[in-house]
Amino acid sequence: MTPPILSTTDLTVRFGGHVAVDAVTCAFNAGELTAIVGPNGAGKTTYFNLISGQIPASAGRVELRGRDISTQSVSQRTRAGIGRAFQLTNLFPNLSVLENVRLVVQSKSGQGFNWFSMAARHVELTDAAEAILQQVRLADQRDQVVSELSHGDQRKLEVALLIALDPAVYMFDEPTAGMSVDEAPVVLDLIAGLKEQSDRTVLLVEHKMDVIRTLADRIIVLHNGALAADGLPADVMASDVVQEAYMGRGLEGVLENA
Amino acid sequence: MQAVLSGDMPRSKILALILAGILICLALAPFLFPGVRTVDTAARICVFIVLVASYDLLLGYGGIVSFAHTMFFGIGAYGVALASTHMGRGFDAIAVGAAAGALVAAALALIIGLFSLRVRAIFFAMITLAVASAVAVLVSQLSGLTGGEDGLTFKTPRELGPAFKFGDKLFGVKLNGKLLAYYFVFFGALILFLGLLRVVNSPFGRVLQAIRENDFRAEAIGYRVVFYRVAATCLSAAVAALAGSLYAVWLRYVGPDTTLSMEIMIDILLMVVIGGMGTMYGAVIGATLFVLAQNYLQNLMGAASGLVEGVPILPELLSADRWLLWLGVLFILSVYFFPTGVVGRLRQGN
Repeated sequence: MTPPILSTTDLTVRFGGHVAVDAVTCAFNAGELTAIVGPNGAGKTTYFNLISGQIPASAGRVELRGRDISTQSVSQRTRAGIGRAFQLTNLFPNLSVLENVRLVVQSKSGQGFNWFSMAARHVELTDAAEAILQQVRLADQRDQVVSELSHGDQRKLEVALLIALDPAVYMFDEPTAGMSVDEAPVVLDLIAGLKEQSDRTVLLVEHKMDVIRTLADRIIVLHNGALAADGLPADVMASDVVQEAYMGRGLEGVLENA
Repeated sequence: MQAVLSGDMPRSKILALILAGILICLALAPFLFPGVRTVDTAARICVFIVLVASYDLLLGYGGIVSFAHTMFFGIGAYGVALASTHMGRGFDAIAVGAAAGALVAAALALIIGLFSLRVRAIFFAMITLAVASAVAVLVSQLSGLTGGEDGLTFKTPRELGPAFKFGDKLFGVKLNGKLLAYYFVFFGALILFLGLLRVVNSPFGRVLQAIRENDFRAEAIGYRVVFYRVAATCLSAAVAALAGSLYAVWLRYVGPDTTLSMEIMIDILLMVVIGGMGTMYGAVIGATLFVLAQNYLQNLMGAASGLVEGVPILPELLSADRWLLWLGVLFILSVYFFPTGVVGRLRQGN
């Protein structure tokens, strides 16, 4: 069996006396799409923050391709291959749509410390950014300032930034939150496409059951910061542990109401 | 044109006209406005455009507030003064002094930046304030080296002094070294400004803008925010020092009041805000307006006060001594009506 691409070992974070993520040990295999579910406050986003480095862990390790990255900064982890999209839209609000994506492409190209050439002359970066905008269907909005975009388009751009980064591990935190019924499928198709075309590893925090059923290869359940269940979607949804953890309501009920 | 301006066009007809007007006036200042005081004002404008532009790189593009910008300005000025005093007059002394000033400024910025920018940007503002005050005290106390409060008067190369003549007269203007000194300052400032314009439009400049917009996300797309902030601080400090060197060459004198004072720091802040942050061209407009107001508002008011003589209160209100009051009123009005600066307002109107 091939070693996992990403793994966390006893990963823990405490805020004062509150244990937000409690000794989570879990491995993610290359090419797998794992949905991370759990009630609000279960520690899903915090678990994400520990992996991508926004919050330092109190204890435990994060390993990428077998290398311990727990002490690395966010930007180091990003360059190592961990790409993170955010639950609350987190973009460069006063720059154009194209410039947002271009900045990511530029980061990948290592041109950031180029002081004295004109950014506009790096046509290859602009072209790459435009190709990604085509892919996420934002090409028409390329010159708009991000703060003027609709919420749905901002969510799409959030996904576009991650696609531009092309990391080994994609981390989506509720990518369709607040999107209309018409818009959400565009984002979900993009995520499904990642799995099929480029064989990328995807971690997905999501509440919508139908999304999880169609996309996920595996589900892990977090409850009070601890790993409550881990397995194939059908098994996890039916498992006793999960039924009990949610006081008899069943996972579907919790997710649907969340 | 695109290459010279680094593709950063004014993007507004009125703005383009104003900028062209300022450029022409400064380029031909000794011929258009002959006179010691007017040419001196023009040279001050040139120097302050560079100084304010380098501050804009920090504040407007990097989103970093610093109170040590006059310190870097002063380091460049004192560099030239000390080199010229100890090496004797000459262009080599100017070059050595300017280079040493820029290096010392960049090194000091590096140290301050590495210590404070890692933590939080606001911490940097505090540290710069402390270091700048300490340096100002140090300069006034080390009178053996720096001349203390009196400053240093020194000699620039003969070719840049009024005694050097290289022809008779052109359009009624004496062709002497003072004219050459003006053009030394003018072209030096022009090159530095265009260089800064290139930097803010480079891939590096784009990263700075991204960091100003959202440093959290800039980090999460792979940029080491601290490195970029420190690099911007060093670059901005070095350019400020070079502006100081130009100023020293022009004045042939340095002193704490002309280069290091907190008043100049506040002036720089106001010039950036009035002109428009994060635009570079704002530095041109802000510095020009401000220096002109500083130099001529007093005269203008004196004249206005004379005109309304006999009317109650008005002459008192317009008395030349009240010029600072009116300067303050002008600032408040300009910030109120042009919150994005003159350049931002002109570009919006497009």
